Amino acid sequence: MDFDLPKEVALVKRTVRDFAEKRIAPLVPEMEATQKFPVSLIKEMGELGILGLITPPEYGGSGLGYLARMVAVEEVSRISAAVGVSLQVHHMGVATLVDFASEEQKQKYLPPLSRGEYLGTCAITEPTGGSDLLGMCSSAVSRCDGYLINGRKCFITNSHLCKAPIFVAKTGEGPKGISAFVVDADTEGFAYGREEHKMGLWGANTGELIFNNCRVPKENLIGDEGDGMKVALKIISEVGRAGMAATALGILQASFEEAVKFAKERTLYGKPISNLQAIQWNIADISAQLDSSRMLCYRAAWLKDAGRDCSIETTMAKTYVTESALQCSKKALEIHGGCGTMMEYNIQRFFRDAMVCISAGGTSEIGKLVISRAALS
Amino acid sequence: MAQKKSKLHELEIIVCIKPVPDPRKWDKLKLDPETMLLNRSQVPPVINALDLNAIEQAMQIKETNGGKVTVVTMAPPDAADQLQEALALGCDQAYLLSDIAFAGADTLATARCLAAAIKKIGRIDLVFCGAYSLDGSTSQVGPQVAELLEIPDLTHVVKLQIEGEGVKAECKTESADVIFESQFPALITFDREVNQPRLPGMVGIRRAKDISVVKWNAADLGINTDQVGLKGSPTQMLNVFTPTIGRKGEILQGSALELTSQLLSKLRTEKLLQ
Ligand SMILES: Cc1cc2nc3c(=O)[nH]c(=O)nc-3n(C[C@H](O)[C@H](O)[C@H](O)COP(=O)(O)OP(=O)(O)OC[C@H]3O[C@@H](n4cnc5c(N)ncnc54)[C@H](O)[C@@H]3O)c2cc1C
Ligand SMILES: Cc1cc2nc3c(=O)[nH]c(=O)nc-3n(C[C@H](O)[C@H](O)[C@H](O)COP(=O)(O)OP(=O)(O)OC[C@H]3O[C@@H](n4cnc5c(N)ncnc54)[C@H](O)[C@@H]3O)c2cc1C
Repeated sequence: MDFDLPKEVALVKRTVRDFAEKRIAPLVPEMEATQKFPVSLIKEMGELGILGLITPPEYGGSGLGYLARMVAVEEVSRISAAVGVSLQVHHMGVATLVDFASEEQKQKYLPPLSRGEYLGTCAITEPTGGSDLLGMCSSAVSRCDGYLINGRKCFITNSHLCKAPIFVAKTGEGPKGISAFVVDADTEGFAYGREEHKMGLWGANTGELIFNNCRVPKENLIGDEGDGMKVALKIISEVGRAGMAATALGILQASFEEAVKFAKERTLYGKPISNLQAIQWNIADISAQLDSSRMLCYRAAWLKDAGRDCSIETTMAKTYVTESALQCSKKALEIHGGCGTMMEYNIQRFFRDAMVCISAGGTSEIGKLVISRAALS
Repeated sequence: MAQKKSKLHELEIIVCIKPVPDPRKWDKLKLDPETMLLNRSQVPPVINALDLNAIEQAMQIKETNGGKVTVVTMAPPDAADQLQEALALGCDQAYLLSDIAFAGADTLATARCLAAAIKKIGRIDLVFCGAYSLDGSTSQVGPQVAELLEIPDLTHVVKLQIEGEGVKAECKTESADVIFESQFPALITFDREVNQPRLPGMVGIRRAKDISVVKWNAADLGINTDQVGLKGSPTQMLNVFTPTIGRKGEILQGSALELTSQLLSKLRTEKLLQ
């Protein structure tokens, strides 16, 4: 059994860490102040190649795979979880095309997504509830050579940064009554809606997509009519949850580093607080949760690369790691005492970001539902 | 977009890289007082920073003029990782010179190995090195390799242009910046200011995975083992120590005139003033 990352993945990790420290870290203060995504970064991520990690070479990617994507999102999120979540949802859009799109759709949409002409997205959630997929209201009514779309998607990552969003809508009733599409943003009847203000992940763009009698041509249907549920479940459970786990893993790593640094620097009673057992126990907890989180994440990605079933393992990773990031960033914040609540310290950002990761990609309750269903079967 | 110069032949460039302990983790680097060797186990090796400048320069030339870039290191077997990174940056082939007989080499023994490998690789136009390594830092390896290959060397280059069948280089010296010209083949050592090294792209990392590193030992190089490693090294390290630099502060008292003469006499006794 080999616990080392494959050499090329280790190089991806080091390279992305370098990139995140040099190119993303300087953008964080501006993102925190404006809550806007730094658009120039999209091109840079494209040039580095992290937008095309799971895109095959014939469509402009590297095809390095899901473990490489896992460590890339982890390293980006260690510096900025907001950029991390944007990157990971971009990969959800890419994965939908790679796994389900027609050759023409792949050739049209994948190369610009690899180059960083815009970010990808996958719009599923509606105001009727993200947990209740079948409860969605958006409709796609078949009309001669296309579909007439009406409805509204909400809480969509990269909503306003994506020129060709992928979305699902109802073409009928029940699980077979949902279909997946891609829409060009300049199509009549399509509009970007409101942008959300979240408690964390500031700078990640989250917003609405609005369809008002929007005519989408037939060739924009992804897969067959009625495949939407299958597409959505696979992309959410194998790609989206892995990505949220990676985002939370980055936050967890960053929280660990901040906790250790502060504990060694802060002096009380004439000694650094790292001498206090209460602090040591907290550091031990964070350390162990970080390590177990990383193993869950890497195994899930490894299974995916091996082409094996991974939806349960990925859901386990997502649920455990996002909850761990929240618990550990809270502990790390508490180690900082009052300083932890001051905006000058990064740890408050990690805590707020971790909270937002809980529901994105499916809530912890939904995660437990999936895990327990498998355990009890 | 740089223009491709059509009349120029495809350039053959060799870049020598040295794995050095990651400078970001030097606080974990320990000197064993007994063996006087660095204990590197806690500090992973990385490509010497200036060698990344050398690779970047080679890539820029390849992108404008075409050509092939070969990367070479004399190092323990795990330096294959650094070579893989060089390949990911765009180098075309990589050679790892590794043999237990190479261990303990000084700069001359290192240069002999590198020169032997470069000769064996074949026709060359340019050999690139860093101006110095971050650990040994002697700046000798480049010039020694040039000497052994009997080709000119231009050191501490901060700007390089390909001109016809040769190069024009701006070199940094203590007194001035000097511009030199040389025909091919030539060896160049680069300073940090020459460029901003790129990061390896993901496509490059994927591509590098399919290129295998060529491994050569002393026998492959046809080199006599008493010419390399500790045996072939004229430099004997007697001692390695951390110099202690003490500071002393002294407060002088008196009137301005007294202070001036006191200060002058102190500076004279310390031989800081004639
Ligand atoms: C930052 C962020 C980014 C996002 N990005 C995207 C995106 O790119 N694309 C996209 O489609 N969506 C996205 N979402 C939406 C996300 O997937 C949903 O928020 C999530 O699925 C939960 O849906 P909801 O918010 O409607 O909560 P609801 O579904 O309304 O859930 C409310 C509560 O009920 C609980 N609950 C629901 N069902 C059950 C059950 N069966 N048993 C027990 N408890 C249950 C939930 O756990 C939760 O506590 C994003 C969300 C966030 C916060
Ligand atoms: C603390 C310390 C002190 C040392 N002092 C001396 C000394 O005084 N005299 C002495 O002879 N040796 C000395 N050495 C040994 C010396 O570091 C090694 O022989 C080394 O192989 C080359 O010398 P350098 O690191 O100084 O290289 P430099 O000459 O500073 O390196 C310049 C460039 O040469 C190339 N290069 C250097 N080594 C290699 C290699 N192995 N493979 C490929 N390219 C390479 C690289 O392009 C590099 O950027 C010392 C080593 C250490 C760690």
